[in-house]
Amino acid sequence: MNPRLKSILAKTAVAAVVYVGVLLLVQVGIIDAYLQATMVTICVNIILAVSLNLVTGFTGQFSLGHAGFMAIGAYSTALITMSMPTVLGFILGLLVGAILAALVGFLIGLPTLRLRGDYLAIATLGMAEIIRVLLLNFEFSNGAAGLSGIPQFVNWNWLFVLTAGTIVLISNFLNSRHGRDCIAVREDEIAAESIGVRSTQAKTLAFSVGAFFGAIAGGVYASYFYFIKPDLFGFMQSINILVIVVLGGLGSISGSIIAAILLAVVSTLLQPFPEIRMILYSLVLVVLMVFRPQGIMGSRELSLSLFSKLLPGRRQTRTKVTAEDAA
Amino acid sequence: MSTPILEVTDLTRHFGGLAALSNVDITLEAGELVGLIGPNGAGKTTVFNLLTGVYPPSAGTITFTPAGTPINLAGRKPYDICRAGVGRTFQNIRLFKDLSVLDNVIIAMEQSQTYPLLGSFLHTPAWSTARAEVRERSREFLRVLSLEDKADETARNLSYGDQRHLEIARALATNPRLLLLDEPAAGMNPAETAQLTDLISWIRKNYDLTILLIEHDMSLVMAICERIYVLDHGTVISSGTPDHVQHDPRVIEAYLGQEVEDV
Amino acid sequence: MEQFLQQVVNGLSIGSIYALIALGYTMVYGIIQLINFAHGDVYMVGAYVGYASMSFLGLDFFTSLLVAMAACTVLGVIIERVAYKPLRNSTRIAVLITAIGVSLLLEYTMMYFVGPEHRAYPALPGFMSHTFHFGEVVITMLQIMIVTISIVLMIVLQFIVRRTRLGKAMRAVSQDRDAAQLMGISVDNTISFTFALGSALAGAAGVLVGVYYNSVNPLMGILPGLKAFVAAVLGGIGLIPGALLGGYVIGATETFVASIGFSMLRDAVVFALLIIVLIFKPSGLLGKNVREKV
Repeated sequence: MNPRLKSILAKTAVAAVVYVGVLLLVQVGIIDAYLQATMVTICVNIILAVSLNLVTGFTGQFSLGHAGFMAIGAYSTALITMSMPTVLGFILGLLVGAILAALVGFLIGLPTLRLRGDYLAIATLGMAEIIRVLLLNFEFSNGAAGLSGIPQFVNWNWLFVLTAGTIVLISNFLNSRHGRDCIAVREDEIAAESIGVRSTQAKTLAFSVGAFFGAIAGGVYASYFYFIKPDLFGFMQSINILVIVVLGGLGSISGSIIAAILLAVVSTLLQPFPEIRMILYSLVLVVLMVFRPQGIMGSRELSLSLFSKLLPGRRQTRTKVTAEDAA
Repeated sequence: MSTPILEVTDLTRHFGGLAALSNVDITLEAGELVGLIGPNGAGKTTVFNLLTGVYPPSAGTITFTPAGTPINLAGRKPYDICRAGVGRTFQNIRLFKDLSVLDNVIIAMEQSQTYPLLGSFLHTPAWSTARAEVRERSREFLRVLSLEDKADETARNLSYGDQRHLEIARALATNPRLLLLDEPAAGMNPAETAQLTDLISWIRKNYDLTILLIEHDMSLVMAICERIYVLDHGTVISSGTPDHVQHDPRVIEAYLGQEVEDV
Repeated sequence: MEQFLQQVVNGLSIGSIYALIALGYTMVYGIIQLINFAHGDVYMVGAYVGYASMSFLGLDFFTSLLVAMAACTVLGVIIERVAYKPLRNSTRIAVLITAIGVSLLLEYTMMYFVGPEHRAYPALPGFMSHTFHFGEVVITMLQIMIVTISIVLMIVLQFIVRRTRLGKAMRAVSQDRDAAQLMGISVDNTISFTFALGSALAGAAGVLVGVYYNSVNPLMGILPGLKAFVAAVLGGIGLIPGALLGGYVIGATETFVASIGFSMLRDAVVFALLIIVLIFKPSGLLGKNVREKV
């Protein structure tokens, strides 16, 4: 059996199990309203982490402004569904938000992506802050009071489709010529340019794609938690997303998924102790960086080797991110 | 007579107050194998950097004529210059260390075609066929440079000599007309250097290339270079056949210190 | 006209504070290429130490200032030794994240112990609350003090950097760490000393701000910290005069924006200014372009 086909089958199987599994657990009542909120948080975090990982982990562009794109998506979805409270309105809201975010990403990215690492970080942080301040001060966004009563369209089906879709699309992207260009830029920008990689284009593309999906996450958030305000999308949120990516491993999609789940769970468990939670969180951050900066997965992917062993054919070897792995 | 494939006139580059290159003239006819030598710090890699657009020249012109129409390279971006047909390797190996050997070549190979963005997201059948084709052609380059059995190895795990070969394979995969090799034999023992010498001659013939070669290893240079330019302190102090250059008193003077160190 | 002069006075005061904080950022960045996110929180700790000195220990303003500076010096060195030193050979992103972690740790630990609410600085003794009037323009003694203390500290800093062995060591390590080490300079101690200096200045800034705005809270360091970093970049990161220039430019910009009625957009303007500078002159107003060697 063709190894790529095997890999696709294995992943489809996992996806199916997850989908049906959660559906059952909801039916049976094990996943109650409280856990459902956690599920949504997990999925939103997965989408955010995977999209940021594309930019920071795979393309090597340090972005501290991802929450800004989330904000664009959240507000677009909120405003459009509030005036068009139908499923069509929801889809429109998501799309408009995502495209708008991608556009902003493109416009900001073009001049700033030639900056070196830490400078880019501050520039992106600045961009997100500007977005936040603008949202705080404009009429249509209702300023600091935010928007409430956002129509809720997000259910498990939507959640699953959007989260799985993000994972699939971004994984596909990374295993394509465009994705490889981004990875080449991360590895060695000068060498990449010397073999014809249009580095500016690659970086800007990654940034825009990341922004697109970041906005989708924002839209999902808005449409479930039905209340948003600008301060939800500040510097702290950008840091939160970055922590998930780093914890999971820069350059590992499966790492981002695992870390998103892990952090959402831990965060929920520590809900009753808010101050301790933040202290622990920051301690974990420092300790992680000192002792295991590559995170849980480093830049490797979960190889689903269990499934490979069940199906006949090639042996999966553990190597760094390669064209084969992301297939 | 046909126009030279590369015509460099008055090439100059300043770094702050330092003139790294002053009024350098280089001419390459199509198909030639020319050497660029000189003591350390002479500015040889700077010439390459200017030719490949890593930074723009302070003055001078660079005209590249791979097929009839002259192209001005001065001030162009490295990726445009590569796409025009100039490939290079680096003095300090710049491979994509954490990617596989095959991926290093694939990335170079993929630059010559356009791929629709949607296909990249959706992995359409068209995308799959294109992918298979690229992989096959990339393997071909690895085969040529005896790296085929290491295709899935991570680049950083290769031996030093193999890494240098991979850099050449990667440069070749961009389908260049002019290939700039920056100290390809650095760190190689005499046996490997002899092998490399044959390899360079072979790829020149097989891929119909013009090659400009920076090298310190004189056995390599004298063996295959048809002409040599000698650079010292940023200017060309001599040029001509290997024989002529070897006996040029200015060259001997520039290298005298070098020789003593070697001993 | 007098409105304008008033704004100049206000701008100078705020600018001095930003300059003091920016100096710490720029020195640390110059020597180990780290954006020390925790720097703004050291400033916050300084403000609290000053508060504690004046409220609980009953010390006068100047002594409290010195106590705060001393405390921050110690804090800065501890942070460097515990959190940054182990990561000296790690990727930029790893150190940056650690800095963020330390920043959060400082904020929330402080919040845990003193509570999140704002606290008011105790009133200043007689001569300090004096105000001067020049027509419509009001200059408080405090503002004069802030600008004076800032300038004095900056002169002292400049002296240390230019005239002492340690200062020379700092400059050497910024240029080439390995070469400095080969010359017999203790890189570790030099880096710690740099952190000590920067943190002391931040501590001073904290006390000055506490007194000026009459309030402290655990999260007070975030935004000023960011803006001070913007100031450092604006002037030219790694350059001490750059931090000064940047601090005053940011102070002036903020004051100006607030004065024309857009004070809500103050922060956005500062960041927009940053982005513009980074796009057109990333090395900052006083900086030089440095290319990577190929």
